[in-house]
Amino acid sequence: MFDAEMFMFWLIASLTGLCAIATVITQNIVRSATWLLFTLAGTSSIFFLLGADFVGAIQLLIYVGGTMVLVVFGVMLTAQGPFVNMRTSGAEWAISIVAGLMLLGVLCFGLTSFQKLPTGEALAKANEAHSKQRKANDPKTSTHASTIGQALSGVGYGPIYKRMPPLLPTKDAKGNLVTLPGAPRETERIHYLLPFEIVSVHLLVVLIGAAYLARAKRRRGGKA
Amino acid sequence: MSEGVALYPYLVLGALLFTCGVICMATKRNAIGVLIGVELVLNGSNINFVAFSQYNPDFQVEGMIFALFVIVMAAGEAAVALAIVLNFYNNHSTVDVDSAEELKG
Amino acid sequence: MLKWLSEFWNSNATYVLAIIAANLLIGFMLVHAIFSVWLERKVAGRIQDRLGPTRVGGKFGWLQTLADGMKLLVKEDSIPASADQFLFRLGPYIVLLGSFLAFIALPFGDGVIARDMNIGLFFMLAIMSSEVFGIILIGYGSGSKWSLFGGMREAAQMISYEIPMALCVLVPVVVAGSMNLSEVAKQQSGIWNWYIFHDPFTFCAFWTYFTCAMASCKRAPFDLAEAESELVAGFHTEYSGFRWLVIFMAEYGSMFAVSGIAVIMFLGGWSLGLPFELTDFFGTTLHLGFFGVVIGNIINVSVFIVKGWFLVFVMMWVRWTLPRLRIDQVMMMCLKYLIPIGCVLLAGVSVWVLFVPIILQQIVGWLLFILSLAGLGYMGFQLRTWSSALPGAGMPGMWRMEGLPGYQGATKN
Repeated sequence: MFDAEMFMFWLIASLTGLCAIATVITQNIVRSATWLLFTLAGTSSIFFLLGADFVGAIQLLIYVGGTMVLVVFGVMLTAQGPFVNMRTSGAEWAISIVAGLMLLGVLCFGLTSFQKLPTGEALAKANEAHSKQRKANDPKTSTHASTIGQALSGVGYGPIYKRMPPLLPTKDAKGNLVTLPGAPRETERIHYLLPFEIVSVHLLVVLIGAAYLARAKRRRGGKA
Repeated sequence: MSEGVALYPYLVLGALLFTCGVICMATKRNAIGVLIGVELVLNGSNINFVAFSQYNPDFQVEGMIFALFVIVMAAGEAAVALAIVLNFYNNHSTVDVDSAEELKG
Repeated sequence: MLKWLSEFWNSNATYVLAIIAANLLIGFMLVHAIFSVWLERKVAGRIQDRLGPTRVGGKFGWLQTLADGMKLLVKEDSIPASADQFLFRLGPYIVLLGSFLAFIALPFGDGVIARDMNIGLFFMLAIMSSEVFGIILIGYGSGSKWSLFGGMREAAQMISYEIPMALCVLVPVVVAGSMNLSEVAKQQSGIWNWYIFHDPFTFCAFWTYFTCAMASCKRAPFDLAEAESELVAGFHTEYSGFRWLVIFMAEYGSMFAVSGIAVIMFLGGWSLGLPFELTDFFGTTLHLGFFGVVIGNIINVSVFIVKGWFLVFVMMWVRWTLPRLRIDQVMMMCLKYLIPIGCVLLAGVSVWVLFVPIILQQIVGWLLFILSLAGLGYMGFQLRTWSSALPGAGMPGMWRMEGLPGYQGATKN
């Protein structure tokens, strides 16, 4: 049975992965940034596919419209020739690729062992939650943006989130690993006002710091 | 009704981006290339956050909020990193990270 | 086979519909570009006291754009030797994507939308902001100093103007309580309910938004990125043929997209100005069912497109009327004036919605509506009767008629 969502996922995921690999391989730094742009756009499509519209749009707005432009500006301001190229030696490539593949192997191994955790009833439950989630992701009814907004602005959000997220899987009587629902919370409303404020202050500091660091100065005659 | 994609492929994609970012940081000699690697790493982690928010109902909003924080932090980090790179370029007339060796013992 | 088809439809209807919607949108974008290029040339001709295209296609030269398009398609597609081939080829398509994808979230009628997103407005702004990267690539990849200057100016300008644009668009969002474009449009049935007349802040926000929108579409007087007189043609100096065509399609597409946002957020969306939804009227009140909904939506879509085209026309009008600013003036206008204005409007509308009594809000809204109508009427009257200071220049000529008060004859000397 042809499943369009599956098809879309594999299409986007493979393109994103290829673009990420191209980012690494390309030696020209602006082309590398362009491939990174496609990777970021692919990531945001993955977010849209997952139903996280708001995060996907934020990703586009900040990364693609902001950070990438900043990066390209950085390249232009620091380039000596018209199209910058910096070669990496073959040995460096070999070592880093081997190390990278080992890292990927470790990560994937970790993931497979994670995937083994929910079995039987727990797995059925997770699948059910997922399909419920997929229905809730109907763009008309999903309330993600406002939920996120409430959570960030300190109003707190819905009574569904009364429970703590399960921390660690435990073994039940038969020895199966299951994730138990967490203990009920004292307060029903969860909010992220403090982190939000910290981030805003942090951004302000970053703004001032970046402006201070990059301010126009007379150049000290460098080595060059 | 289609079953949709399982969680695992998303995590593998995240891991792939993470690895690419790490390799990018290790191999690029251009300071901005290193920055690009960092962005890839952050994106890999973001995919994991959002995928978990979809597949674990207890983590739904938390996953997205963490992803948002990561994105905002990445923007701040890029601004500071570029400021440092520009400063470095002012002092050394190059952005080759191998030439930053004054502190070598 | 049938069973397989129905199963396929059941599980993948969303995707099939998405493909149809995408094709319709591409079609609309093409037709819009063809129409607006023709309109632009006619408007420019009118304003500069000449005729514009007259021959191709019989009357009014209405097939001129098609002929131009054919010419561009067969033109030599040259790539300069100093250009970065890959980036040079890629750039225009990124720009086109940024402008085209914005249409996904733009509702043309009641339910006539590719994807009705909860955060449609935000999505549109986010997508249109990615257009700037394509332009930087074009400017950088061309390997020419004019292109590079144009690209850098464009990047600085677009990123700066995004901020006041988003601030101004947030003003009606505060009033509406939603970023879902369909929902915002549905709230404004009845011309006196349009958000431009809601309160003084939304009224000012509309004009500020429109200014920023013009700047973010790099239209004159903000077209510093392509300033012909100093930068040859700015970021697209090196382009010819099909890629140049693509850049221009993107420009006209994003003009319609920002106008569409303005229409939906401030000017009642697809509403004709009547205090009921046309689809409901035909479908439910007249008992026409689905057929009625279709009729209502055809009217809705036409109204929406006409409103959008009117705003596009205003952009052209401004372009051919005002002289170009300098780049420092453009940046100063954004950073020193438009951003503070946007902040004040946003704070003001929040206070207005929260603390001003409803009755006062309604009175002010009606006053604004009546005053705007009166102002429009006065302008129309002036256009018909005002005599030009220049002898025989006949500036408001297309409006002026013999026998009206103030008419001084078409040629005096």
